[in-house]
Amino acid sequence: MTLMKSCLGAAATMALSAGAALADPAIIFDLGGKFDKSFNEAGHNGAQKWAEETGKDYLEIEIQSEAQREQALRRFAETGANPVITLGFAMSAPLDEIAPDYPDTTFVTNDGWSDAPNVLNTVFSEHEGSYLAGIVAAMASESDVLGFIGGMDIPLIRKFGCGYAQGVLATKPEAKVISNMTGTTPTAWNDPVKGGELTKAQISQGADVIYAAAGGTGLGVLQTAADEGILSVGVDSNQNHLHPGKVLTSMVKRVDVSVYDAMMKGEDLEPGVRVMDLAHDGVALAMDEHNADLITDEMKAAVEEATAKIIAGEITVHDYTSDDSCPVIDF
Amino acid sequence: MDKMPKWADVALIPFLNLLIAFVLSGLVILAIGENPIKALQMMISGALGSSYGWGYTLYYATNFIFTGLAVSIAFKAAMFNIGGEGQAMIGGLGVALVCLYIPFPHWSVALLVAMAGGAIFGAAWAIIPAYLQARRGSHVVITTIMFNFIAASVLNYMLVNVLRVKGSMDPASGRFPETTHLPTLHDILAPLGISFSRAAPVNVSLFIALIACVVVYLLLWRSRLGYEIRAFGLSPDASVYAGISPFKIIMIAMILSGGLSGMMSINNTMGEAERLVLNSVEGAGFIGIAVALMGRNHPFGVLLAALLFGFLYQGGSELSLWTKIPRELVIVIQALVILFTGALDNMVRGPVERIFINYAKRRAG
Repeated sequence: MTLMKSCLGAAATMALSAGAALADPAIIFDLGGKFDKSFNEAGHNGAQKWAEETGKDYLEIEIQSEAQREQALRRFAETGANPVITLGFAMSAPLDEIAPDYPDTTFVTNDGWSDAPNVLNTVFSEHEGSYLAGIVAAMASESDVLGFIGGMDIPLIRKFGCGYAQGVLATKPEAKVISNMTGTTPTAWNDPVKGGELTKAQISQGADVIYAAAGGTGLGVLQTAADEGILSVGVDSNQNHLHPGKVLTSMVKRVDVSVYDAMMKGEDLEPGVRVMDLAHDGVALAMDEHNADLITDEMKAAVEEATAKIIAGEITVHDYTSDDSCPVIDF
Repeated sequence: MDKMPKWADVALIPFLNLLIAFVLSGLVILAIGENPIKALQMMISGALGSSYGWGYTLYYATNFIFTGLAVSIAFKAAMFNIGGEGQAMIGGLGVALVCLYIPFPHWSVALLVAMAGGAIFGAAWAIIPAYLQARRGSHVVITTIMFNFIAASVLNYMLVNVLRVKGSMDPASGRFPETTHLPTLHDILAPLGISFSRAAPVNVSLFIALIACVVVYLLLWRSRLGYEIRAFGLSPDASVYAGISPFKIIMIAMILSGGLSGMMSINNTMGEAERLVLNSVEGAGFIGIAVALMGRNHPFGVLLAALLFGFLYQGGSELSLWTKIPRELVIVIQALVILFTGALDNMVRGPVERIFINYAKRRAG
C-alpha cells in the first residue's frame, strides 16, 4: 500500500468513527480556552453563528499545551477539514511547518502570520481601534492619568498600547499614560489576580480609566476597576455587559466576523491576506445599553470624526509592529 | 502460603485497578451525557487503529519510558524523585543548546551529543537536591518539587530573553538545523517496504528508550552498583553496616535518575518539535511517577505502563479532537487511572491478597 493510500485510509477511518463529514471547517482555540470572554470567545461566537445559520457542524479543539498545536493542525488537516482556522499569534511557527504538507487545505490565522501559500493571514488593525478607545478614555478621565494593562509583553500588545496612547494624547496632550505588562509568557493571558493587582497599582498612581488588552487577565482588571469605582475599557469581545455602567467601552476585534466569513466560504476560501481595519469594520468600539450612560454625545462625535479621518487617511495611527517603537510612550 | 502468586501481583492487580478506573471514567462520561462505549472505541481506534495513532502512542510512551525509568532507579535507592518534570525541562534546554550552537555533520552524531547534553543538564538539576538530601537531610521530595518551579522559571527566562528569535512573539527557540533532525519511524521503515504514517512524531529515540530499559535492568540486577543501590533502598542502616556509603548511593542514584529524565528531551524537543518551546515536557515528569508505580519499578513493567499511558494520552487527545467532551474531563479520566494504579493500589491489593491466602489455606486444609 502506498503512503497516500494509507494516509487516506487512516483519515477515512477516523472521519467515519468520529461521525464527522469531510470538509467540515475546524477551529483551534488557543491556551486561553474558548470561554475566555475575550479573543477566543469572539472566535467561538463566530463559529456558533455560522453553525446556527447553516445547521452544519464544525470541529473544534481547545489546546492544553504549547506542544499540542502541531498535532491539532495535522489531525484536522488529515481528516480533510477545510478550512482550518487558528486563533492566536503562537500558531505562526507551527503553520510554517505544517501548512506546506497539506496543500489542499486552507489554513486561516487570526493574529498569526505564515508565508505558506495556502494560508489566509487575517491581520487586525488594533492600533486604530485602540486609538478610538484612547479618545473616549481621555474624554472620560478627570484625573488625566490613563492606565494601560497588557497581557504578555509582545509587540502585538504594545501595538494596542501605542495606539491607545496616541488617541489619548491627541485628545488631551497634557494627559499621562501609564503602562504595565502582566508577564512575558503565555500564562500572562490568564492571570486575573495579577491583573487586579496591577489595576490597584495604577489607581494609586492616579489612573481613573484603565484599558486592558490582556485576554483572561483583563477580567481581573475590569473587576477591580468596577470594585474601586473607576472606569475600564474591555478588549476583543464586547465586555461592556460584564460590569454594566463600569466598563466605558470595549475595543472589539471582529474575530467573530473573520471566523464566520472563513467558515461561510468553506472550501472556496482563498489564501492571502485579509486586513481587518476600521474601513473594513475589523475593529470597533462597542456601544450598547450597558455603556449608554457613560458615552456622551461629544465622545460619539469625536469617535466618528476620528474614524472618518483614519479611513480617509488624514490621521495615520502609528503601528508599533511596523518599526518596533512607539513615538509617544515607552514600554 | 503468606503471599499471592507472582502473576497476580504483576498482572491481575494492575488489571483490576485499570478496570475500576475505566468503569468510573465511564460513569463520569455518562454523567455529562456522552456515550462511554463510543468514547472508549474512539480512544482505541484513535490511539491504536492506525499507524498514525500508533505513532503518537509510541511517541508519548517513549517520553514515559525515560521518566518512568528515572523514577524507578531513584526509588530503588529509597529516593522519591518528584523532580522529573524540572529535570526534563532543563534537559530540554541542554538538548536545545547543543542542537542550536554546535554544527553537526549528521544526525547520528547530533543524537549522541544531544543525549549527553540532555543527560548532563538533567543530572546537574538533580545533583543539588541529592546533595542536600545526602549531606543536609533536606527531604528530597520537597526539594525536587521546589526545583520544578525553579526549572520552569529558568526555562521562561532563557526562552524569553536568550533563545527567542528576534521579531518573534512566541517564547520559543529557533528551529534546529536540518542535520539534527532525527529520522522518524516512517523514515526508518520505508526502506524495508513498510509504510508508516509520515505525520506521526515517533522517532529513533524510541529505540534509545528500549535500550535504556535493558541497560537499567542490567545495572540494577546484574551489577555490583545495582546491588548496592537496591540494598541501600531496602535497608539503609543495614547497608551502612555492610560498608555501603549512603552519600555515594544517593548521589549516583539521583544523577542517573536526573540524567534519564533529561534524556527524554531527545524525543520531544529534538525529535518532535525540533525547537524548544515552553511546556514541552507536557507533564511527562509526573506521569513517570505513575508509570514507575504501576510498573513495579521494573524496567519491563515500566515499558508496559508507559505504553498504557501513551495510549491514554493519545486516546485522550483524540477524544478532545472529535467529541465535545471538554478537555478538563479528559484530564479527569487520565487522573482516575493514575489515582487507582498509583495511589490507591493498596485498596485492591489487600482484598485480593486475602482471597488468595484464604483460598490457599482452604486447599491446604
